[in-house]
Amino acid sequence: MFENLSERLERSFKILKGQGKITEINVAETLKDVRKALLDADVNYKIAKTFTDTVKEKALGMNVLTAIKPNELMVKIVRDELALLMGGTSVDINTKGSPAVILMSGLQGSGKTTFSGKLAKMLKSKKGKNPLLAACDVYRPAAIEQLKVLGEQIGVPVYSEIENKNPIQIAQNAIAFAKKNGHDLLIIDTAGRLAIDEQMMNEIAAIKQAIQPQEILFVVDSMTGQDAVNTAKEFNDRLDFTGVVLTKLDGDTRGGAALSIRSVVDKPIKFVGTGEKMEAIDQFHPERMADRILGMGDIVSLVEKAQEQYDEEEARRVAKKIAKNQFDFNDFMGQIQQIKKMGNLKDLAAMIPGMGKAMKDVDIKDDAFKGIEAMIQSMTPAERENPQLLNGTRKMRIANGSGTSIQEVNKLIKQFDGIRKMMRMVQRNGNKFPKLK
Amino acid sequence: MGLFSFFSKDKKETLDKGLAKTKESVFSKITRAVVGKSKVDDEVLDNLEEALLASDVGVETTLRIIERIEKRVADDKYMNTDELNGILKQEIIDLLAENNTDFLQDTNEEGKPYVIMVVGVNGVGKTTTIGKLAYQFKQAGKSVYLGAADTFRAAAVEQLCIWGERVNVPVIKQKMGADPASVAFDTISSAKANNADVVIIDTAGRLHNKVNLMHELSKIKNVMQKVIPTAPHEVLLVLDGSTGQNAFEQAKQFTKATQITALAITKLDGTAKGGVVIGISDQFKIPVKYIGLGEKMEDLQLFDKTAFVQSLLG
Repeated sequence: MFENLSERLERSFKILKGQGKITEINVAETLKDVRKALLDADVNYKIAKTFTDTVKEKALGMNVLTAIKPNELMVKIVRDELALLMGGTSVDINTKGSPAVILMSGLQGSGKTTFSGKLAKMLKSKKGKNPLLAACDVYRPAAIEQLKVLGEQIGVPVYSEIENKNPIQIAQNAIAFAKKNGHDLLIIDTAGRLAIDEQMMNEIAAIKQAIQPQEILFVVDSMTGQDAVNTAKEFNDRLDFTGVVLTKLDGDTRGGAALSIRSVVDKPIKFVGTGEKMEAIDQFHPERMADRILGMGDIVSLVEKAQEQYDEEEARRVAKKIAKNQFDFNDFMGQIQQIKKMGNLKDLAAMIPGMGKAMKDVDIKDDAFKGIEAMIQSMTPAERENPQLLNGTRKMRIANGSGTSIQEVNKLIKQFDGIRKMMRMVQRNGNKFPKLK
Repeated sequence: MGLFSFFSKDKKETLDKGLAKTKESVFSKITRAVVGKSKVDDEVLDNLEEALLASDVGVETTLRIIERIEKRVADDKYMNTDELNGILKQEIIDLLAENNTDFLQDTNEEGKPYVIMVVGVNGVGKTTTIGKLAYQFKQAGKSVYLGAADTFRAAAVEQLCIWGERVNVPVIKQKMGADPASVAFDTISSAKANNADVVIIDTAGRLHNKVNLMHELSKIKNVMQKVIPTAPHEVLLVLDGSTGQNAFEQAKQFTKATQITALAITKLDGTAKGGVVIGISDQFKIPVKYIGLGEKMEDLQLFDKTAFVQSLLG
């Protein structure tokens, strides 16, 4: 029933295609579609209206510049406006202070606890912080337990007081604990609350008052509808938060709520959550997000992700082996593990420009490598190092051992040979390939 | 609805209070649009469109409602505010799928145990809804078994166990990371052995575009059928009342994987309007059975569409 925003815009731009210039008449239909698309993307209806009015004004103003095609011009205007709406340049998180205190806030089920874990992990590994998590959700069953489990997963201690039902006290005690134990960063998880719940809103305002945090993050589900503006405004009025976190962006929502919130409360979106794994956290980049919404792909994020997970040592070792034509199944396996570390394959593929739409109905399984891994694991160490050893009987044994067929084993060997050949070629012509940076 | 009369009065108040914000926005806008006018003109319809869009009703459904009203305006020539409100109410009620039974009545008709599988994306309130449902069954004198098949999210099993203690019903669980289908199998087996009336299976939240996770749901369902061939008797999709148009895609994908039989809309005690459910119920012909109105175990109410629309439009 619903096309995503980029598909819709693509289609509405097609209407403009072949037209000589942008006029009041031919832009009207396009703008109507843009507005519909924005509404389907859950952009607040008022903001959608303002947005299309601005786009129209700009489009008509550029009437004379007919050097480029009208549809391309429209893409540019819509894209620029979207990026502008979402807030210009990216803003980093403030971690100055001893300890720097980050207070989480938001509705029930927006993903505060999961995000607290991700943020702690990220600041620990990227900024070399020594974080402490504090469990101040004293209401939801097992909320404290949840944070503890996450803390254990990421190797970050969790401060909690099981018997204490006063989150303000717990937060204050957590600061004292952090100071005493040399933690330079404290992330305070709080209970989910509705903006109209007077008592709970007073409580979080009191927590803020008591601990004076460096950052207050408002966590919001990216699937939120029209109500996002009300909630964001209410939380902002009470807490004057410093940033927004957009969660569950690994879903297929277009995240129009992000645009709405950003323009209603004028606070930067600092992070996005993109999965259930503790690594699934990203900085928010308005331009990239606009590009992504418009189906222009997100190659920058892809490259960054690749660099992050890339083990240079390992790469150098493999390169050496390739040069000597010694690349074997062990190395192949290592490469697969590297790719897997980068996360969900479909997400990765969707970041490639132009792939977003193509990927929509393609079913890439996360266990795409499972068969290959099973086959390699069914090989003896000698076979892995010397693929030439693989004869008919050995192949049959591997097929049986991995629960695959001899055809699949043959296919794997063929693929492996192909990769090997290609790698040699790339190495020889190494300098001719464009650098990523 | 009489079966749950033990809380109906209180809960009606909660619903009214929760939906009060909704009422203000939709109704006041329409009223404002119509004030000082003797008949419905384009401006009124524009305002109505805005009001519906602002309640997450969505473009398609809004346009359909407007179209039908436009047609009636054209046919009847003259129409005042009261008439417009009446027609609007009726149009929306017509879009909501018929729902004549509740789970409790159903349990009496089917064999024992009656199996309910609860699904949805992350953070919509599946576990909380299960706690509340268990409480209702328990209050009605039914024996209930809960299955902790969310073996993925940190402390999800503990969360369900706490609900089990509160409501005083047994929770069947395995370790975190265990196969959810196996937990479901265990739960139904032991409920059956103990002649329990109802089984409710909690599942991990999953985004509907994760193909593997959706397959996992189908698998859980298939495994249930090894114990009881007709299970699950109900698949309840829990939707967050503040979700926007993405709820459509959720309904579509979950229906594809598990044949949803009923909807529950949560968090309607906030300012969210839940208007998206109108279009979903219409398109997929799935009835809304329950609405969640808070965090306490009594905060679950049977969905009454007339009352819902009444509260929505005043």
